[in-house]
Amino acid sequence: MLKIENLQATVADKPILKGLSLTINAGEVHAIMGPNGAGKSTLGYTLGGRPGYEVTGGSATLDGADLLAMEPHERAAAGLFLGFQYPVEIPGVSFVQFLREAANAQRKSRGQAPLSGGEFLRLAKEKAALLRMDMEMLKRPVNVGFSGGEKKRAEMVQMGILDPKIAILDETDSGLDIDALRICGEGINAIMRKSDKAVLLITHYQRLLDYVKPDFVHVLAGGRIVKSGGPELALELEEHGYEAVAA
Amino acid sequence: MSEALALPTRKDEAFRYSDLAALETLWPVPRRDIHVAAGEQGASTVVIDGANDAAQDIVITLEDGAEYDLRLLNAGSAYGRIAVRVRLGKGAKFHLGAAQIAGGQQTAEIVTEVVHAEPDAISSQVVRSVLGGKATGTYLGRVVVARGAIGTDGEQSIRAMLLDRTATANARPELEIFADDVKCAHGCAVGELDAQGLFYLQSRGLPPAEAKKLMLQAFIAEAFVGAADEEALTRAALQALEALL
Repeated sequence: MLKIENLQATVADKPILKGLSLTINAGEVHAIMGPNGAGKSTLGYTLGGRPGYEVTGGSATLDGADLLAMEPHERAAAGLFLGFQYPVEIPGVSFVQFLREAANAQRKSRGQAPLSGGEFLRLAKEKAALLRMDMEMLKRPVNVGFSGGEKKRAEMVQMGILDPKIAILDETDSGLDIDALRICGEGINAIMRKSDKAVLLITHYQRLLDYVKPDFVHVLAGGRIVKSGGPELALELEEHGYEAVAA
Repeated sequence: MSEALALPTRKDEAFRYSDLAALETLWPVPRRDIHVAAGEQGASTVVIDGANDAAQDIVITLEDGAEYDLRLLNAGSAYGRIAVRVRLGKGAKFHLGAAQIAGGQQTAEIVTEVVHAEPDAISSQVVRSVLGGKATGTYLGRVVVARGAIGTDGEQSIRAMLLDRTATANARPELEIFADDVKCAHGCAVGELDAQGLFYLQSRGLPPAEAKKLMLQAFIAEAFVGAADEEALTRAALQALEALL
């Protein structure tokens, strides 16, 4: 589904990704772990197409389509979802208005009919319930005044509504208390643990992986993947640290 | 703001950023007088959105305890100027909510003078400008608190958003206070659309123009919130925004 080959990227002329290769097939959950500064968030932003993250080499394709040639909104329509480590507050724009427009923009580019107001609200309600989120919160301006945990749950509600093929979730577990962590983990499983979808979890810690069991774990260091393994690799990292395991 | 029949020059502060060539064709500017009797309330909306140049002078007199709600949309003319002069009596209330939207070579300006002539009057002014291309958007807002006008509460919130580095925003809040025990606040900011917010919206599937429109709609919403014809004003503003993006 997602095929990344020898990806190189710079931020402000500083090389961050230095030849990263990774293949994720439909039905798989991958976790990327690594120390601070390894390039984890850069990987997410580069795949999402954030301005300022410049690809200097390599390729990334989603179901064969050249992801790196697309604008951010085209990547979303192609089925990519980027869960932000720090979801952005947008005063004055309500979640429901923004998400309905976003969902319908995606549908339009795929040649699907737009969702009516009623259809959209039913869908939003269902996904909000999955994340134990009150619909009233989705009528509020995007992320404004939300706690860290609420922002992350709102990210997962967005993922549920937009129904992507692949989700890249950047430190979805940071800033979550134990209950919110479980709710988010269960949400990811309910929305994305399907034979035609895939997930790439970017995380520092084992604790999210207790809920969302990865099929593969990779260690990212110095801008490339230095070690790959099964779920046991995450436990090994937790016990011995990155330096010992990735050395 | 001058009512003199001679065409103003740039030395006249209220016309410092005007398109004087366009102004000349409109001179003298038509003046509209609004008078609200003691304890009465009034409201009106002025929209400049035609293809033609337009300028208006509005003079509002609020007697004791009178209230007035004025909304302005200055958008879509090559040159659009709205000048407002308000005199507030004791305990009177005045609210201005204004948006200017200009692109290309357009010049848009709103000039206000709000005079708290008597004690305990309240004025609030919210002005939002969205400027693209080589447009110039100006807001000159003077608040005068007369001697003895204690208990005055005057507030100005002025923000401009530049869509292109080639656009110009002039914003000048001005306070002249001749009384003690008054509350006058103003905030003034000129900025660009938040790049992080734009990327966030785009990452969810909104094309760039739609993402910008959504953020700009939110930006100008404060100017129209609570207006009797909020929906119509918002629609007209959105049309002007779409023409810019």
